[in-house]
Amino acid sequence: MTEEIIIAGFGGQGVLSMGKILAYSGAMQDKEVSWMPSYGPEMRGGTANVSVIISDERISSPIISQFDTAIILNQQSLDKFENSVKAGGTLLYDPNGITKPPTRKDINIYKVAATEKSAELGMSKVFNMIVLGAFLKVKPVVTEEFIEKGLFKSLPERHHKLIPENLKAVQTGKELVETVNKS
Amino acid sequence: MAKELKLMKGNEAIAEAAIRSGCDGYFGYPITPQSEVMEYLMLEKPWEKTGMVVLQAESETSSINMVYGGAGAGKKVMTSSSSPGISLMQEGLTYLAGAELPCLVVNVVRGGPGLGTIQPSQADYFQATKGGGHGDYQLYVLAPASVQEMYDFVFDAWDIAFKYRNPVMILSDGAIGQVMEKLYVGDYVPRWTDEQIRKIAPWATFGKPTTRDHNIITSLELDSAKQELHNLKLQAKYREMEKNDVRYEEINCEDAEYLFVAYGSSARIAQKAIQLGREKGLKVGLLRPITLFPFPTKRLAELSKKVKGMLSVEMSAGQMVMDVRLATENRCKVEHYGRFGGMIPTPHEVLEAMETKIINA
Repeated sequence: MTEEIIIAGFGGQGVLSMGKILAYSGAMQDKEVSWMPSYGPEMRGGTANVSVIISDERISSPIISQFDTAIILNQQSLDKFENSVKAGGTLLYDPNGITKPPTRKDINIYKVAATEKSAELGMSKVFNMIVLGAFLKVKPVVTEEFIEKGLFKSLPERHHKLIPENLKAVQTGKELVETVNKS
Repeated sequence: MAKELKLMKGNEAIAEAAIRSGCDGYFGYPITPQSEVMEYLMLEKPWEKTGMVVLQAESETSSINMVYGGAGAGKKVMTSSSSPGISLMQEGLTYLAGAELPCLVVNVVRGGPGLGTIQPSQADYFQATKGGGHGDYQLYVLAPASVQEMYDFVFDAWDIAFKYRNPVMILSDGAIGQVMEKLYVGDYVPRWTDEQIRKIAPWATFGKPTTRDHNIITSLELDSAKQELHNLKLQAKYREMEKNDVRYEEINCEDAEYLFVAYGSSARIAQKAIQLGREKGLKVGLLRPITLFPFPTKRLAELSKKVKGMLSVEMSAGQMVMDVRLATENRCKVEHYGRFGGMIPTPHEVLEAMETKIINA
């Protein structure tokens, strides 16, 4: 199993930390992992993205241009990455602020209204974990047990008290995800 | 040795390795994409654990001269920077090489020229391997292609630096510096005691006993005949490096008809291109130079008799390809494929270049 993922959105949405939690969880589950962030000017005040690979084998290149899954959190990122999803692959997006939804027919498309839900629940800080939950429902590349371990490992100790809330958000995401298109 | 699993950025791995390998001092000045090296050191506070000094200098020029001072005292000292900062250090580097001082300099390369960009690049190959400063000198240059190698090569760097009394450079790039991968770390190597330094570096300036003359650290010798002798000694040292300490990795070379030659993050991209090529039935392999000086010239010469062509893949306009051509002496077709200015080639692009420039050319 090799899952090549891009997570893309605005800076501040928790794109990089979502990738980090995923990578840590994969590592805890004895998988090979890589986490390659965008850094620099585009991150400083614009879009942020991170490529995460989780694999049973040694990872050849952490730098990839085609993805098994794209997790998309704004319109710019959708425009940029919709065509980089491999045929038969997966695109998961948050419809908030999306004016031109994805149109491809040869990929599986899902949506998760995480922005709306997190505002409704007053849980905006764990917005990214709702998205992560939706992804894990669609592609269970790591099990929940290891997501918890990944959270322990990737969050500084002073934030460990927030882990139950994060795990609840993962559950919320799992329940919230909707299928838009099946390839 | 107890092995502990961590998940770290390449830059953080450099810092962690510095602490664990018994480094005495780090002197640096922040610059993207390697600022995490000093950030991590400052957070870890190694001065409380091992006594290692971490100091933010006022400039790169100052950092490299602090390294000069520490190295002259026989200490394990290092600095890190990225391309424009490394350019500022060139005077210091040639002085260190001239005075035969061991040290570690890490260059996490970004796109140039000038201030250029902050994205990954490999355009500092010439500067690193052909002497970026003046005079006939060489750095020993290691090119890591993973977070684990960023860590391991710090340990290797001290061995080589003190074996040859020569500066060692780890030539990395923004991609390997920023990527986070699994890392296995080992036990702490204690910092050398004064007693150990006296044995390992008897040339160092640690205080003059009555039993010998002064130890003098200098790169100045106004007597040309003596300076020529000094140069001959340096050259003999570089030939020894070529004889004994060349390192490379071969991937899928056994049955390869076509070879990628690539180092650092380009080597990782080439590995993916090999997977894609092999799926199409193309017999492609990779020779990955791990040391850029000394270069795996001999092995490339041997391979050039077996394969039909080689594609040198670099994030530059074509620098290492010159060394590949010199090694292969026209026995097989050698071409270059590169992106630059901070652009990273994709595996598909690299495979396509192999097909159009070499296989179907």
